[in-house]
Amino acid sequence: MLNYLLLTVGALFVAGYVALAYFIWKGSRRDAIGPRFASKKTERLLSAGLGLGMALIAEGGVLAIGIPVWSEYFDAVAPADAIEIEVTAQQFMWNVRYPGPDHVFGRTDPKLVDDNSNPLGLDRTDPQGKDDVIGLNDITVPFGRAVHVRLRSKDVIHSFFLPNFRVKQDAVPGMTPEVIFFPTQTGHFELACAELCGLAHYRMRGMFNVVSQKEFEEWLKKQQ
Amino acid sequence: MEPPAPPPPPERPAHEDTRGFVRRYIFSTDHKIIGIQYIITGLLMALVGATLATLIRLQLGWPDHAWPLLEKLLPGGYQGGVMLPEFYLAVVTMHGTIMVFFFISYVLVSGFGNYLVPLQVGATDMAFPFLNMLSYWIAFLSAAVLIFSFFVAGGAAAAGWTAYPPLSAIAAAVPGSQMGQSLWLLSMALFIASFTMSGLNIVATVLSVRAPGLSMMRLPLTVWSYFIASILGLLAFPPLTAAAVMLLFDRHLGTSFFLPSGLVVANKVLTNTGGSPLLWQHLFWFLGHPEVYVLILPALGIACDIIPAFTRKPVYGYRMSVYCLWAVGALSMIVWGHHMFVSGMSPFTGEYFSLVTLTITVPMTIFGVNMLASLWGAKLELRSPMLFVCGVIALFGSGGLGGLFLGNATADMQLHDTYFVVGHFHMMIGGVTLLATFAAIYFWFPKMFGRTMNETLGKAHFWLTFAPFFTIFFMQHFLGIQGAPRRYYAFTAYDYLQKTRGQNLVISLSAFLLVSSQFIFIVNFVWSLVRGRVAEANPWRATTLEWTVPSPPPHGNFETVPTVERWAYEYGVRAPGGDFATQDVPAAAVPVTA
Repeated sequence: MLNYLLLTVGALFVAGYVALAYFIWKGSRRDAIGPRFASKKTERLLSAGLGLGMALIAEGGVLAIGIPVWSEYFDAVAPADAIEIEVTAQQFMWNVRYPGPDHVFGRTDPKLVDDNSNPLGLDRTDPQGKDDVIGLNDITVPFGRAVHVRLRSKDVIHSFFLPNFRVKQDAVPGMTPEVIFFPTQTGHFELACAELCGLAHYRMRGMFNVVSQKEFEEWLKKQQ
Repeated sequence: MEPPAPPPPPERPAHEDTRGFVRRYIFSTDHKIIGIQYIITGLLMALVGATLATLIRLQLGWPDHAWPLLEKLLPGGYQGGVMLPEFYLAVVTMHGTIMVFFFISYVLVSGFGNYLVPLQVGATDMAFPFLNMLSYWIAFLSAAVLIFSFFVAGGAAAAGWTAYPPLSAIAAAVPGSQMGQSLWLLSMALFIASFTMSGLNIVATVLSVRAPGLSMMRLPLTVWSYFIASILGLLAFPPLTAAAVMLLFDRHLGTSFFLPSGLVVANKVLTNTGGSPLLWQHLFWFLGHPEVYVLILPALGIACDIIPAFTRKPVYGYRMSVYCLWAVGALSMIVWGHHMFVSGMSPFTGEYFSLVTLTITVPMTIFGVNMLASLWGAKLELRSPMLFVCGVIALFGSGGLGGLFLGNATADMQLHDTYFVVGHFHMMIGGVTLLATFAAIYFWFPKMFGRTMNETLGKAHFWLTFAPFFTIFFMQHFLGIQGAPRRYYAFTAYDYLQKTRGQNLVISLSAFLLVSSQFIFIVNFVWSLVRGRVAEANPWRATTLEWTVPSPPPHGNFETVPTVERWAYEYGVRAPGGDFATQDVPAAAVPVTA
């Protein structure tokens, strides 16, 4: 998509600037004006041509490249083996939670939140929450499996931005948007906040680690 | 034989000005004085906005550097000479707010709109002169409230010019969300009230007090653009007034319009229930998107009216351009969601907003190419106003094309809230409008003040404005592609942003050049006001009605109401006065060609 746009838009940009430069250069050397009006036909043809051309480039880009990718991305149903993660943003950190072996996140309640002892407000009496794995600012996923993120926020709007994977989704309090994507390489990548959230917005940094399945399992075991 | 009747006693001129100083220059109802008041207020606000931009660029060019002098000047904003993050956010917020609402809106839309529309439609004043005066003084109050907010506890608003709640709703979320944010909202509500009055006035003036013979399709494109922009403002602004009041309620009266259940801020559970942060975004952008067209349409209209005076031929495709303005105006009302592709709203609406957004490229391209084609076959004189208009065309081209990236939801996912957006909108509602404002000042200065601005200084001002401006914001597009998020106090916390260090340095240096070269303009403006060459009634040999009256025009504008016989672009003809005919030249004297 980006390449398509860079190419078509780049060409239009250069063409427009060359035309502008030519008109300015030529115009300042002319002694008398050319014809006052272009013919009606020229005007109509130019407008129609431009309209059609732009419609083709702009809407064509959306219809042929943009929307298919968009709907593939948002219509995607998480594959059965997708790794499920809940990311709860707060000023100025990312709380990470894995559901554990039972694949179910335990109950949380804002009334139980205490930033020091229980940042997510976990209900310790819920048996399904017993095996949940909690982390901070560090997301680790196995390579080769889809990632299914449930995004939440405790206070203000944040935005989950993985520049290396072109993933961006606002974390809005009161909502739980979901993001499903497939990391294409292993390594350690940075997670940034992309929606102004307060004083330390510029350093609300997390890490997104894509490791092999084996490393992931070892890592998860260590966390429990 | 009767003796001849004695000659009638000399009558007072129809519009003799009998008002005292205060009614003439301060609480005036004369649209020309009000226009100039708006322009001066707006230019002073621009000085504040530009100072804030300098502080931003100092921080981003040299993060963590200590500036002891700045700490002396702004003790609240610096600690140990280093800028505080809360001050940085307040500065960013106020820079955006001031430049969009209090500079460009005041100078270009309200200022020149007031000054030009009645003159160009051949009217003695606006349709509602008193309302006009009221609108200026409310606008003045709104600017005063905004400036005052710098000095309250917690400092000025710091939630960005878009003021997304909950950040802007909860005092504990960021220092600027204390009193500063309330004053920001109050100022915004006042601004909209004032803008509604002046918009209503412009619409009424264009519809009801045009000179005889001036049919709508004979209006100059300037008047068309103000007319359509004012309609847009009237339709789009009130929702934000409502939203501002609702947010004030959330802040002070415990309502939950924008605050959902279960918020925990600063380790404290809030009792709000059931609100939606997205509601604010919808209401804000329902205003915000048409707002950018309210700003940019007059810039384009003015460009179209300045071009023919320096190409000596009619603009290209007048009718088509008018239709394009209408089309753009209509489309701008239904595309606001393209600011919210990743906000969590339904992805289906993302597809809709992508498609309608990119439809705007069709009329905008036709309009842009019409401006370009107006230069075709021209005998071009590159005087200062025309240079600025060439700059308008250039920035409109590059800024507009950047919109193709952002309007496309799929590409926007990567670029949203990065410097690509910052670069894009500075080119459009920053640059196109800024250069058009300067073009308009150089062009109509002789009419307003009866003196001409200095040409050499004007040309120097153009090059020292355009070159750094283009460098700054063209480069910011690439910062965005590299993933640099906007509203960051520094790019130091991330490894992947380390390589943007050098680019930010170049941008900062260009920004200082840009700001300092505005002193050329200030010197030229003040010097020309006092010492400039005395201007005749029509120094640019232009055709619209304001050039048929003396410079500056007397109170009441026209001795007698002019009769319009032709369209606004009768250039390149044989006429007694030269190669042009003003709109009131009788058809019998010079043939009407359109």
